[in-house]
Amino acid sequence: MTIALETNSVLKEYQLGELTVTAVDRVSIRIEAGEFVALVGPSGSGKTTMLAMIAGLLSPTQGSIHIGEAELGQLSEAERTQFRREKIGFTFQANNLVPYLTVLENVELMLRLNGRYSRAGQDRAIDLLTRLGLKERLHNLPSQLSGGQQQRVSIARALIHNPELVLADEPTASLDTERAYQVVQTFADLIHEQNRSGIMVTHDLRMCRYVDRVIQMVDGRLDRVISSPKEIAAFAGIYAEREDEIEYDD
Amino acid sequence: MRTSISFYLAVKEIWRSKGRFVAIGAVIALITLLVLFLAALGEGLGNGNREFLDKLNGELILFQEQANLSVSASQFGRSIMNDVLRMPDVSAAGAIGFSSVFVSMAGSNELLSVSMLGVEPDRPGEPPAFEGRGLGGVRANEVILDENASVRLGLGVGDELIVQSTQGTVDELFSLQIVGVSDGRQYFIQPSIFVPLLTWDRIRPKAVADNGQDELTFNIIAVKLVDPSDEVTAGQRIEERLSTVKAVNRRTAYEAAPGYSAQQSTINTQQGFTLLIGVLVVGGFFQIQTLQKVAQVGMLKALGASNSVVYSAALLQIVVTNFFGVLLGSLATLGLAATFPPGIPIVFQGDQVVLALATLLLIGPLGGLLSLRILAKVEPLTALGLAS
Repeated sequence: MTIALETNSVLKEYQLGELTVTAVDRVSIRIEAGEFVALVGPSGSGKTTMLAMIAGLLSPTQGSIHIGEAELGQLSEAERTQFRREKIGFTFQANNLVPYLTVLENVELMLRLNGRYSRAGQDRAIDLLTRLGLKERLHNLPSQLSGGQQQRVSIARALIHNPELVLADEPTASLDTERAYQVVQTFADLIHEQNRSGIMVTHDLRMCRYVDRVIQMVDGRLDRVISSPKEIAAFAGIYAEREDEIEYDD
Repeated sequence: MRTSISFYLAVKEIWRSKGRFVAIGAVIALITLLVLFLAALGEGLGNGNREFLDKLNGELILFQEQANLSVSASQFGRSIMNDVLRMPDVSAAGAIGFSSVFVSMAGSNELLSVSMLGVEPDRPGEPPAFEGRGLGGVRANEVILDENASVRLGLGVGDELIVQSTQGTVDELFSLQIVGVSDGRQYFIQPSIFVPLLTWDRIRPKAVADNGQDELTFNIIAVKLVDPSDEVTAGQRIEERLSTVKAVNRRTAYEAAPGYSAQQSTINTQQGFTLLIGVLVVGGFFQIQTLQKVAQVGMLKALGASNSVVYSAALLQIVVTNFFGVLLGSLATLGLAATFPPGIPIVFQGDQVVLALATLLLIGPLGGLLSLRILAKVEPLTALGLAS
């Protein structure tokens, strides 16, 4: 299998006055091409910091991050920006879309940023949005869409430029349960179909039923990795049934 | 690529947020209107004070030395003219007398205050008539109107002009034949009429009625030099030779006019403050808009938009909004100026207007500098809800 992402003993420390806070503590993970992984953990566990480092938005204090052939630590700031633009697809928890661009224009934005906008690219964007059930919404502005529809637009945008790695930060945070399931299932299907690799940061463990692997972080450390479909289903199911007992405070 | 994506983002945002950008464009248009009118007013007032001296067909103007370059305080007797004309640097010289009178068209009671200038026919000081002819002789009852007087009075060549002048304690009326019309030659913010020097001396207002015995006095002398480029040394030589004379060029003469410098600096200060307010208003607007877009800009940067894309888009918006605001303001100024009556001293002079417009086009980018600084500080981490 091809390795899409590999982190080697990644450490991230912050200095708060004289106090050193460790946000991520020597985490090593490996994700293969075509794999969709959930990064879970309670608030403050370091999962978003980990995601920021994988996206090249933060530099690790120690350790290295490889995406495909590139080691992020070897890239300059400008090269990291270009790398993000070309090789990474992103969806965020909030403020996901450019408010003055239509649905279609938001998806095409990644092609324009990469200088790859073309008629064929536009057709691909329309196909992708049609697949996501947004055919009738192509020319609507984000303010005219529901939260779930906006997330689906951001999924299309994250995939349109064929990135090596797709990163999703809490994609279901503002959605009701039914829409959240729909969004994550669609996300997983597209990632598998297109043989991309994806990491989804989530605090909602029920969403883990659609991923290939679950990586759990606690207090900045890698707590456990769940790989078997049966264990994953149980992990997602148990927490779904005992929602009121979940210690996660997000 | 950067330019096209920046242009794309800038134009899309302007188009989809028209109300917001039209509002700031309208504010810029109003600032433009104010700045252009102040420039035109400054030019109009300045012009009204200096037009006659500025267009004088001579390089030097001679004042009485102790008159402190005041036209009304300067007094020369006829005898000095021979001394001036004998100077080797002088090619021609003309005596000029100044007074202020009321005039009207024959049969009308409507009076117009004008500067009445006594000039010597065919000598420096007499304006070239673009319509009609020059003055016939030093005693002729003839007059040349400047264009302003002609338009305001509705009179032209061949018409009769009535001058109302106070002689002692009596208002007397003098009838003059209009023989020519010159271009605009205002003086002391009044339209001008030009009469032969002796006619001027006869009809000008006097505290005591003229008994015809006093020596002719006038105020200044216009001097045309043999070598027009030699005005500084020629002026020094004239002053050395004629101890009662102060020789200055035209610019120095009109800048010394009472209130001229204060008036111009007042207008310039108003213009400066208006432009400063413009910079602050435009800067404030774009700063607020930028602060509202921090999350969005962070998201764009996280997606891989470079700083230069984000800067260029913001700068383009500022430049485009500013350009259309200035264009709208300029058109509004033109439209409004066309409705003004001729008496209002509004003059749109090419280089002044270009300078004002260039400055106005700069206030947008200048005001937007702070927004660019804010944009530079937005970190892509904000898209993930993380602060650096």
